[in-house]
Amino acid sequence: MPKPETEEGRVAPTKPMAREPHGWMGLAFIAPSMVFIIGLFVIPLAMTVWMSFYNWPLLGRRKFIGLANYSELFADTQLWQSLGFTLLYTGLVTAAILAVSFPLALLVDRPLKIAGVFRTMFFMPVVIGFGAASTLWMWLLNPDSGVFSRLLLGLGLVDSAPRPLESFWTALAVIILMVVWKTAGFTMVILLTGLQSIPTDIVEAAKIDGASVFSRFRRITLPLMRNSLLLALVLNITSSMLAFDQFFIITQGGPENSTISAVFSIYLVSFSSYRLGYGSALSFALLVVLVAISSVQLSFMRQRPEEGR
Amino acid sequence: MSGSNPGSGQSTSERVGHATFVLVSLLLAIFFLMPIVWSVANSFKPAAEALAHPVALFSKAFSLENYRRLEDVGAGWYVYAGNSVLIALGTILLTVGVSVPAGYGFSKFRFPGQSLIFVVVMATMMIPFQSILTPLFLILKFLGLQNNLLGLVLVYTTFQLPFSIFMMRNAFDAIPGALIEAARIDGASQWTLMRRIMMPLALPGVATVAMFAFLNSWNEFLAALIFLSDQDKFTLPIMLVNVSSGIYGIIDWGALQAGITVTMVPCILLFLTLQRYYVRGLTAGAVK
Repeated sequence: MPKPETEEGRVAPTKPMAREPHGWMGLAFIAPSMVFIIGLFVIPLAMTVWMSFYNWPLLGRRKFIGLANYSELFADTQLWQSLGFTLLYTGLVTAAILAVSFPLALLVDRPLKIAGVFRTMFFMPVVIGFGAASTLWMWLLNPDSGVFSRLLLGLGLVDSAPRPLESFWTALAVIILMVVWKTAGFTMVILLTGLQSIPTDIVEAAKIDGASVFSRFRRITLPLMRNSLLLALVLNITSSMLAFDQFFIITQGGPENSTISAVFSIYLVSFSSYRLGYGSALSFALLVVLVAISSVQLSFMRQRPEEGR
Repeated sequence: MSGSNPGSGQSTSERVGHATFVLVSLLLAIFFLMPIVWSVANSFKPAAEALAHPVALFSKAFSLENYRRLEDVGAGWYVYAGNSVLIALGTILLTVGVSVPAGYGFSKFRFPGQSLIFVVVMATMMIPFQSILTPLFLILKFLGLQNNLLGLVLVYTTFQLPFSIFMMRNAFDAIPGALIEAARIDGASQWTLMRRIMMPLALPGVATVAMFAFLNSWNEFLAALIFLSDQDKFTLPIMLVNVSSGIYGIIDWGALQAGITVTMVPCILLFLTLQRYYVRGLTAGAVK
């Protein structure tokens, strides 16, 4: 039970009151964080909406143009192409990550010391940044001095050094491979928390009742992990929708601008063409899409809160 | 594995199962670790050796020439490493300094609008920082903090805050009221209470907050790319991209390996030493 607190060492009256009576002190404690969040989050958020109604060059005068940025957005073929690409990438990479990390989670979900060691190893690429990981893979994929072409040539699997970045589908495939390498460990840990929240007595009871491995998985594991699966799904979808580093660094948007992601196109509009107003309109559109995804997730997770994590 | 039945047949199949588990895990571990190992191994190879045998893990000659060449990249790698260290330390200090009192305020006080403010803070986690970079660029320019390490620290701190406040509020919530009450009856002042009871018990939460602040600010790429424009202000990830885009179309792969090693090894070491705080933060985020 929270007890009342007083300042400066006066002995508190031991009435079972709710927490601290001096509310203003609590406000003082949270004030610095509010300065940050209002100044560098809420205000820029409002500015994004406001700026999206302007023709706003970096230098020179801004001009109110109403909804013109949004009507341009609907006619912008490069934008729709990059949005389509981002959705394609998101779908494929999310499926690939879940397909790899679910078996990983099942594999290392055992009370053994060595399973913990493997968990740490699988997780290792998660802690190195996307920037470093992207430049690392750029080298791995390099046809002349990279490891992959040397390995494939050495094993006699290919006749000439593969150049995956020169066509769209192979470029997308190697990026997905790289992202799976980099992030599967993260999703594995999320799924592990779900697996470990399943009470062992339920599993034991099902075993005694003669349920097969497959039906145990389908009838017990999957439904009881629903929330952590949903969480893994949404975290992967939102982070993939925001992908930038790997396309900026490894494919550099190529071949023929076919791998420009949504954030990449915002970057190009705002900080390469310096059309800040149009960039804000794109940002706001992206924000709406992502908040919608997160809200759908939240409503799904709230439906049956009693079901584990 | 649990649930073993008596009988020698079962234990043989269990042993086979265990061996399969270890074998499969080893193969997967190779997939996850080898890119890192290759990069570090090649960073210590002389250029000719790396070009001839990039796959080899051990080279005949040990060489630091890649690291020396990295000194000639732009302002020199130690300048970029220094910038990254400053930004990471600044972000850690500010994030901890701001989120610990905020978590304490949300946990141990009652004031009007409290739950609403907390919900708003948590909701900011849903909004990607990528979508507000354009106005942030103008705000930093207005404050004279564009192309400035402090400006980047302020931005990184802001984006660490929702998660960090959440962590710290939970850390303070876990301290039982009876303990606080007992200390107060013994005559502890607010300050002593904070220093002797609150802080030690909340320390694991602080470690988690600090670790995420370090990793996220050390590794962040897009905001650094946008907000820093001078050669000598760049951070390590920006340096890597500059090396990887080459000079006159020629990429110095050896220098790149050295740069990658310098960038990723601190993260790996930190993770290995403070792993439990990392997983704690991850699962806290997952349960939320």
